[in-house]
Amino acid sequence: MLVLAQVKASGAELKVAMSALGAGFAYGLAAIGPGIGIGIVVGNAVQAMARQPEAAGLVRTTMFLGIAFTEALALIGFVVFILLKFA
Amino acid sequence: MLGLVFPPLDEILRWKPFFGHGDLAFNKIGLIAFLAAATTLVIFFAAGAKAKKSMVPTGVQNMAEMSVDFVREQIVLQAMGEHSEDLAWTGYLLVLFFFVLFCNSTEVIPFLQMPATSRMGIPLFLALISWFAFIFMGFKKNGFHYIKEAIVPPGVPVALLFLAVPIEIISTFLVRPFSLAVRLFANMLAGHLLLVTFSVMGHDLLLAKTKQIFLIPMTVLPFVLFILITIFEVLVIALQAYIFTILTAVYLGGAMHPEQ
Repeated sequence: MLVLAQVKASGAELKVAMSALGAGFAYGLAAIGPGIGIGIVVGNAVQAMARQPEAAGLVRTTMFLGIAFTEALALIGFVVFILLKFA
Repeated sequence: MLGLVFPPLDEILRWKPFFGHGDLAFNKIGLIAFLAAATTLVIFFAAGAKAKKSMVPTGVQNMAEMSVDFVREQIVLQAMGEHSEDLAWTGYLLVLFFFVLFCNSTEVIPFLQMPATSRMGIPLFLALISWFAFIFMGFKKNGFHYIKEAIVPPGVPVALLFLAVPIEIISTFLVRPFSLAVRLFANMLAGHLLLVTFSVMGHDLLLAKTKQIFLIPMTVLPFVLFILITIFEVLVIALQAYIFTILTAVYLGGAMHPEQ
């Protein structure tokens, strides 16, 4: 990427560019794992509710808890994105 | 050339103080937090005063009884247990739920349109209360036995303990308050930024000084998205208040009954 640059960037410009790049990667990469994880959690919860509709209430509560734990990683990625981009 | 200029983050989040300065400034966030606390107190004290007069619930008393019932059935009994010392926490969890709910819900209330929980202060303070409460209850209920229950996972071979114990210490005593606070804060901040993005987009398209006149009717696209995201945020607001409360209850329950 840097090799392709036509104009030589100064230190400050390079810092801005790299932090923008890092912010994009931080959020994008942080969203992969939790995305897959929440898919697994909700998919299995739906399956459990379909197999045993009388346990739906308990499964739903546990599902929200599972989502909350899984989602935390993506949110930390989002906070890192904000810090890199704006701070 | 970039057509759309996103306002700097400070302009969206850092409000000018009404009075005071520095760390003691009272700004819009403080006003919203104050309003949320006052609304919670007024609802439940009004309902309590009504309950003394008549046993048959009407109006605000109905709502208050429903919410107490919700917190007890869906949060305390699900996550903690049915002993009297578990049910004693219903009051705190109830107030916590409504305070977080009202602080969040200003995100979609017109003219306020700023969730007080999208600044780190309020979530951090509430998470520290929860953190302190569950450690305190753990020691109060189990004595120093609590440390062993909290950091030694059951059924782990002795050889693996040197790996498991540090992980448990970090995840129980360091990561819990952090993730509790960051979850609420980042969810509300993300929602607020989404709403700001689409309202800025709509505003700029509507008022664009352009010769291409067909751009103006395209305002409808960000506007529709803005409305859809607002509806989604209503869900997130209630869900995050519920998750914050139930996680506090889960941590308290785990500290008070480690054998479960």
